[in-house]
Amino acid sequence: MPTVLDSLNTALHQALAQDERVLILGEDVLDPYGGAFKVTRGLSNAFPGRVLTTPISEAGFTGLAIGMALRGLRPVVEIMFGDFLTLAADQIINHAAKFRWMYNGNKSEAEQARLPLVIRTPMGGRRGYGPTHSQTLEKHFLGTPGLIVLSPCALGAPGKLLLDAILLTNDPLLFVENKLLYLLQVQDISHTDEFEFYIYDDQANAELGFAAPTYLCRVRGAPPPILTLTAYGYMVELAQQAQRRLAYEHEVFAELVVPTVLSPCRMQPLLISLERTGGLLVIEEGTRHLGWGAEILARSTEAMGARLKRAYRLAAKDLPIPASGPLEAEVLPSVEKIIQSCLEMTRRG
Amino acid sequence: MESIEAELYRAMYRIRRFEETVLDNFPKGVFFGTTHTYLGQEANAVGVLHHLRREDVVFSNHRCHGHFLAYGGEVRALFAELMGKASGVCGGRGGSQHLHWRNFYSNGVQGGIVPIAAGAALAEKRKGTRAATVVFLGDGTLGEGVVYEAFNLAALWQAPILFVVENNHIAQTTPVELALAGSISARFAAFDIPAHELDTSDVMEIFPIASALLEQARAQSAPRALILHTWRFGPHSKGDDTRPADVIARLRQSRDPLTLHGARLSQSEKEAIEAQAEEEIQRAFQQALADPYPTAADL
Repeated sequence: MPTVLDSLNTALHQALAQDERVLILGEDVLDPYGGAFKVTRGLSNAFPGRVLTTPISEAGFTGLAIGMALRGLRPVVEIMFGDFLTLAADQIINHAAKFRWMYNGNKSEAEQARLPLVIRTPMGGRRGYGPTHSQTLEKHFLGTPGLIVLSPCALGAPGKLLLDAILLTNDPLLFVENKLLYLLQVQDISHTDEFEFYIYDDQANAELGFAAPTYLCRVRGAPPPILTLTAYGYMVELAQQAQRRLAYEHEVFAELVVPTVLSPCRMQPLLISLERTGGLLVIEEGTRHLGWGAEILARSTEAMGARLKRAYRLAAKDLPIPASGPLEAEVLPSVEKIIQSCLEMTRRG
Repeated sequence: MESIEAELYRAMYRIRRFEETVLDNFPKGVFFGTTHTYLGQEANAVGVLHHLRREDVVFSNHRCHGHFLAYGGEVRALFAELMGKASGVCGGRGGSQHLHWRNFYSNGVQGGIVPIAAGAALAEKRKGTRAATVVFLGDGTLGEGVVYEAFNLAALWQAPILFVVENNHIAQTTPVELALAGSISARFAAFDIPAHELDTSDVMEIFPIASALLEQARAQSAPRALILHTWRFGPHSKGDDTRPADVIARLRQSRDPLTLHGARLSQSEKEAIEAQAEEEIQRAFQQALADPYPTAADL
């Protein structure tokens, strides 16, 4: 199987080949370097003139791409590190995310301003890059009306998610790629000895213009689950490892719900699982305070009331990410911490 | 067929009366929020935008009414937008600062629209439309860093764009001397963007220069800048002018684009234009006033 990196890189090649309106903008994206994480490798050689290496001006080139999108192109922006999204926050929040709704109050379909823009960026820690190159900052953008946020994982087809986002969505979209996903092999969910998968949201969604799946993952052959885990991005990998060990070492059976759309929030697949298990652990790499997990817990509680018997979060500590390996491991969620959290939940009943 | 002098006078007079009508009626509670009027700066918008072709693109800022009307926007739709009516330019969602109609876009955050304008210009260049893009910014906006990112990118990638800096010498209440180091033209020179500087309120001085710069941007597919030293006669928004009354009175006497340009028309021609424009403005105001508000279903 290809790696997630290969899958995303192939998707960018396909997007450029299939639609001449697609452009790539970002820092150091030209070959032979091909981007800081190599997701854009080979593109500038294959598509000269359509891969634009930019000055160090995140706000400037994000703004440029917004203007291009408004005028009918389909630009894809790479922000080298997700931490640098803050530099483009005004462009994303006060410009890109606003325009469709703000401008189109009484306009016919043909007169509407649309903004097909994908902003890709790597997030996350575990590479020792320290406080300004390791963060998981998407929580700051999840509550922005008008901005779609997607996050691929190693399950299924991460490249297809990106390709569909570029070619089919007509609204600004943030595509969050955890750095540690890049080197993972894509998991073919139709052939696996260890897990069995179900897919939700496999119909084209009106808001997105395409189908962005939510996955349900169970240990193959396990008894009915007593707990629901939910996670996205690289946390899915850790959650699966925990799921396996919980089953084999502790006889605790959990099922895992994996969204690829973070905003707008999709609750249905998770709620279906929670009706079965009555217990929820949300796992996220972002900081705990007022994050994605808080929203998921709030919505689960609103929807289920007393039928949700146990609900907890596992997230990064509310600290910057330290550079030192042992300290960084303390701050971030891990397989061990997931297992401990699940065991505590089951002990508490 | 109306002479170009008469056309320009009409365009400026409509803006003047629109803005005065807004300020006169604000205390009556017919408008939402606030407003930023273009009184005194009319020659800039009209002198530049009168040259636009249908495919050209315009980006504007918080002080956008004059730009919108000079672009050809409807008076009634603009009044209605300020009143929060369903018939407004954006159905009442945007209000005074957030307009979009055809190829006209404005936003209320300083500076952010400038790289977007450069991107639009580059998109038109790639599409081969030969459209030029115009973006208006003020002296106050020159404090925003993203403006210089946009200048750099526009020059680097040769965007067919005209940057129009309207230096009205005051940002809300802060005089330009307290906010701006160095010179405005040197900012463009640093990026090798040819800039033309005018200190005038005469539309007939702005008109030919703007035409030449737009043609250069279009023909050479490259950025150009027009720096217009100008004066606003009204407050930043409604009642927040801290300048002494005699200073404003002197400005109105020496730098009024309507007086300067009106002198070129015969009294009867001028009066006819003014009467027609007045009638148009008042009718549009009354129509907008009678238009319904949007409802929850319009959200």
